[in-house]
Amino acid sequence: MTGKWRGLVIPVILIALWEIGARAGILPPDTMSQPSLIAVAGWHALLDGSLLLATLQTFQSALLGLALGAAVGIAIGTAIGLSPALEAVIGPTLDTIRPVPAVAIIPLALLIYGFGVRMEVMVVSFAAVWPILIVTVTAVRAIEPRLLEIARMLEMRPLRRMAEIVLPAALARIAIGIRVSASVALVVAVTVEIVLNPQGLGYGMIIAAQSLRPDLMWAELLWIAFAGWLFNMLLLTIDRRWLRRFQVGGVR
Amino acid sequence: MKPRALGLKLLALLFAAALIGLWQVAADARLVSPVFFPSPQRTLAALVAMEERGDLWRPMAATALRMFYGWVLASLLGVLLGAAIARSGPARAYLEPILEYLRPLPASAIIPPAILFLGLTSKMAVAVISFGALWPVLLGAYHGFRSVDPQLAEMAAALRMGSVSFLWKVALPSALPDIFAGVRVSLAIALILAIVTEMQSAQSGLGFNILMAQRSFRSPELYAGIIVLGVLGLCTNQVLLAAERRLLRWRTLAR
Repeated sequence: MTGKWRGLVIPVILIALWEIGARAGILPPDTMSQPSLIAVAGWHALLDGSLLLATLQTFQSALLGLALGAAVGIAIGTAIGLSPALEAVIGPTLDTIRPVPAVAIIPLALLIYGFGVRMEVMVVSFAAVWPILIVTVTAVRAIEPRLLEIARMLEMRPLRRMAEIVLPAALARIAIGIRVSASVALVVAVTVEIVLNPQGLGYGMIIAAQSLRPDLMWAELLWIAFAGWLFNMLLLTIDRRWLRRFQVGGVR
Repeated sequence: MKPRALGLKLLALLFAAALIGLWQVAADARLVSPVFFPSPQRTLAALVAMEERGDLWRPMAATALRMFYGWVLASLLGVLLGAAIARSGPARAYLEPILEYLRPLPASAIIPPAILFLGLTSKMAVAVISFGALWPVLLGAYHGFRSVDPQLAEMAAALRMGSVSFLWKVALPSALPDIFAGVRVSLAIALILAIVTEMQSAQSGLGFNILMAQRSFRSPELYAGIIVLGVLGLCTNQVLLAAERRLLRWRTLAR
């Protein structure tokens, strides 16, 4: 318990110094604001619903992009994982596309879809595809070969083999890739909003900064950090509580 | 090379060529509007024109330089902090929770405050880049310094090594593989943030140029810029991989 409390020492000291410095006029009010004002601004944004609406918008884009990225990543990853020949053929092309930074897609997505949810989803899914794809390949490779032999012996059709043998056996590992991609998705969604998409939490921060509301800007920053932290905790819990069950048997 | 492996290599090339061919055919047939789907031919022509106008190397250098400065800063800071937190109990107790809370924060979210503090400058870009690129190095270094073989630590104690020379001569080499893993992720993040800060603050560079190309609907230039950014990411990663192989050669030799 004492260990937990010690973690609070530095943040509390920093916030206290911040408040004192701002009140004494040492810190510039138009950039630093002060913790008490930030708390008030954050409270008002929470009450009038603007913060929650922005949060919903950001998470909507992040989750849709994640779902799209996961679908593509799992599909390609399973195919490559099951067939080394296929990997030799399309692997090099994928390796060439992968280093393209997702944010470089932003102007292209804007050109195609204009502002809004769809362009953000496109950028997010491009970023979210890779961790899932890579993990899926290794997960499918690690499936007990005897399981695949059984599927062959039972003369299962490819789709059924996929749904009943391959995916359940690889799911626990794929979940790790999805968790990585999920945090990437949130980061990319906020980034797209900060760069140019007029919606969500990132845009809220930009507007607060440009309309000289440093208190609101800091409140939104803290909120984004909190939402990101909560999201990660949630994913970890889902992974531990629920998906670990599949690990028995299927994956070595 | 076995004939089968060679055949697969050829097929891989053929697959890439087929994709580009398909792209050319689809663009020529105007299946998709040429406004946002230029053919590979037009894209290549735009790339050549960019080079001739001097719009290729100078912005690329500007982007790469900011990325490099931010990344170096992040790497130094990350290794130092990671080592401190890993090897010192009090530092871990005081710092770990706050770092755990900051880690999932999207690095781009500190752009608005960074702009308020530093304005639309290169300094702002480097600050944002180094903040974002810090975390993978920090985590890698932390993990690496935590998992130093206890026997090595005992041996160092028996030899009465000072803590500085222990960190430098024993812990750092043993943590190096983990540090490298972090540093490579950091480099990719540094490139992303270099592009983002350019777009956000209208500083010259490849990221800003592709945004301008989009605003004026010069889609071949936009595609060319995306390709160049991809090549930049690919090359920098390869350089680091080569450096890693060189620096870690002793590990494979020792076995």
